[in-house]
Amino acid sequence: MISQILSLAFLAQTIRITVPYALASIGGVYSERGGVTNIALEGIILTGAFCTVVGTYYTGSPLVGILCGVSGGLLTALIHAVVSINIKADQIISGIAINLFAVGITKFVLEILFHSSSNSSRIVGLPHIPMGFIEHQPDVAHLLGNPMVLATIAIIIASQFIIFRTRFGLRLRAVGENPEAADTVGIKVNLYRYYGVMISGVLAGLSGAWLAFDQHSFTDGMSAGRGYIALAAMIVGKWNPLGAAAACLLFGFAESLQIQLQGGGLPTQFIQMIPYIATIIVLAGFIGKAVAPAADGVPYEKEK
Amino acid sequence: MKYAIELVGITKRFARTVANDNVTLSVSAGSIHALVGENGAGKTTLMETLYGIYQPDSGKIRIHDTEVAIKSPQDSIRQGIGMVHQHFMLVPTLSVLENIILGAEDTRNAFLDLAKTSERITALADKFSLSVPLNEKVQDLGVGIQQRVEILKALYRKADILILDEPTAVLTPQESTRLFGILSELKQQGKTIVLITHKLNEVMEISDRVSVMRKGKIVGEMDTPTTSPQEIAELMVGRPVLLRVEKSKANTGKPVLSISNLSYVDRRGVEILKNVNFSVASGEILGIAGVEGNGQTQLVECITGLVKPTSGTISLNGVNLVGFPVKRVFDSGLAHVPEDRLKRGLVVDFTVKENLILGLHTRQEFNSRLSMRRSAIEQNARMLIKKYDVRPDDPDAIARGLSGGNQQKVIIARELSRNAQLIVASQPTRGVDIGGTEFIHRSIISERDKGKAVLLISADLTEVLSLSDRIAVIYDGMIVKIFPDNKVEESELGLFMTGTKGNGREASLA
Ligand SMILES: Nc1ncnc2c1ncn2[C@@H]1O[C@H](COP(=O)(O)OP(=O)(O)OP(=O)(O)O)[C@@H](O)[C@H]1O
Ligand SMILES: [Mg+2]
Repeated sequence: MISQILSLAFLAQTIRITVPYALASIGGVYSERGGVTNIALEGIILTGAFCTVVGTYYTGSPLVGILCGVSGGLLTALIHAVVSINIKADQIISGIAINLFAVGITKFVLEILFHSSSNSSRIVGLPHIPMGFIEHQPDVAHLLGNPMVLATIAIIIASQFIIFRTRFGLRLRAVGENPEAADTVGIKVNLYRYYGVMISGVLAGLSGAWLAFDQHSFTDGMSAGRGYIALAAMIVGKWNPLGAAAACLLFGFAESLQIQLQGGGLPTQFIQMIPYIATIIVLAGFIGKAVAPAADGVPYEKEK
Repeated sequence: MKYAIELVGITKRFARTVANDNVTLSVSAGSIHALVGENGAGKTTLMETLYGIYQPDSGKIRIHDTEVAIKSPQDSIRQGIGMVHQHFMLVPTLSVLENIILGAEDTRNAFLDLAKTSERITALADKFSLSVPLNEKVQDLGVGIQQRVEILKALYRKADILILDEPTAVLTPQESTRLFGILSELKQQGKTIVLITHKLNEVMEISDRVSVMRKGKIVGEMDTPTTSPQEIAELMVGRPVLLRVEKSKANTGKPVLSISNLSYVDRRGVEILKNVNFSVASGEILGIAGVEGNGQTQLVECITGLVKPTSGTISLNGVNLVGFPVKRVFDSGLAHVPEDRLKRGLVVDFTVKENLILGLHTRQEFNSRLSMRRSAIEQNARMLIKKYDVRPDDPDAIARGLSGGNQQKVIIARELSRNAQLIVASQPTRGVDIGGTEFIHRSIISERDKGKAVLLISADLTEVLSLSDRIAVIYDGMIVKIFPDNKVEESELGLFMTGTKGNGREASLA
């Protein structure tokens, strides 16, 4: 069994599961660092996946599909931004509403376009960059040569720098920690909050695109709670891109372990608990106190 | 005369109040101009309007003889205006360096150019003797250093007009002296400074000119050398004020609070209180003088049951309080005016009438087990608001919207209405104006005269000296000296407060 775990196929499986978590989770980091709680990630992933499928299906081009997915995610995030930042409504409620709405609208349009209430027609997958040295293992080669895997790695690393080393990141963090202070040095608080939420929309939309290509179709409710797991990973990772990505990798690992162990004699209910038990242990045992940005979830008002 | 700032006919209304009513104010270039006035007079609003945080409803602003439109802090920063706010505007989780550059960052290849910026800031800090640890997080620093960060932040943006809103309210006497040194230096270098303060000795000491505000209007303006604290105070309050506290001799009874061998080691293992012994008798005020951070906060937390001492006893009328839950401590006959009014004194989003029964809410008069007695709560509020002159006189006002001085009056009103045997008052007049201070001092003295025991903790030496019947000095977690009366020189107290004298060191110095 150990050899199974250490196999390349297992690694590939782990990465396949981790990528969508990581993209959404880092999206969450941008949004919450700027002070907007974003549980709408779940709905954004779903919309992103749906738009990707539609775009790819009608044009035959995965690239156009990704663009559609990202735009769908961005638009959904913009709804959350308007409701949270301008209307100053409760951000949790806005998120829940968007998540419920996303389930409904995707299903509705699915019916219209594909005449099915459960899944779309099949779409093409992403082309992959040839990886000569492991072409004898096509599953693995396809995954490691997948441009979205490479893009995800680049996004994780770049985000760490953007958040902590650039002017944009500094301002974003300031706006999420103490918006009054940011305002008094002339930073446009709501503008930066918009940027944060919009980036989260793009990244969660990409996360949805990944799911779409991975399954070659859209199925009803296919985000399946990934947005929430991504949020949990963001917290475990203490709102740091690298930390969040590491937490996602841990979840990905636990989940592929679960898949690997199924049928191995242990009761399935127990095996299915593995990823969640791992979360609790990590949260309770190793991470220490995670402190959210001080103004996370609090709309900014000038004249109280 | 050349003016750096001219505000002409500024009016600013908030929903319910006219904070500034047709205010005209001119500040000469290169001078230090003091702006004084009661809590809620509109000083902060006026300066924040100049700084672009608020838009005036009418009025004009001229900077160095040019009329300017200031629509946001960005505009005022561009005009060379910097402001150190009453409540610091720093991001606690960011480093000092990040806080200073925030909003005015230099970049190189898309990244923050921290190396170049640190050099610039270090040079600036040296020029004005404003040393700060650039790479530490602001949340780990004391208020004195945070304030220097705020000043540097303004200078880094090339401010030549600097507004300081009650800068000394949170400083120790030593830090204040240091700040005034910095301000003189800034003036030497040609900067213009507006200083908002409640402390008239500071006005006399450092300002060139002083403007007095009352209820949104400027009611007086004079050159500092030609005026007196008495005159300023009268203008501020609109009636003669007693700057000195009047009180009769204490009529001391038996001890109410006795603390013996009290020690406290905090979670990190640091010994904060070391074998503290003292007692407070009924009918007397014991003042504890000390530089902030020498264990006063923890001493109060031990007495009020918020933390458990490591060893020792705290007895109230002969009953040892150590280990009691907080409610039982208070029920044993204690009232507490906490040092941090926003954190521990009030629930800022509750109304005044709700705040006035916090901690008393389980008493039968307010609570019929099934529900709160609303009319009793309302009546209690009306009575206390009248007695303590809380403004506005509206039981349903939200505490957050009250000025600092009025928030403090709400706390004092509630705590004194407990009718407790022992009153522990920490920094009871911090940020409170002259009128309010006078009133709070009189209330505390009248409680003493009713035979209550009062433990007063204050960083304001004038307050300790004028209120106390006996004075204890705390230094490094120890009571290093107890003076049997209040006839002691400030300078003498200072020596004990800084550890130069006390604990056997007297002999070696003598
Ligand atoms: N943002 C605001 N919204 C509504 N009312 C406000 C606001 N800021 C101030 N006020 C009101 O305007 C008046 C002037 O307040 P301001 O803070 O300028 O007084 P101040 O002179 O600075 O008092 P203090 O000495 O207590 O700091 C007060 O009645 C206050 O309640
Ligand atoms: Mg003020």
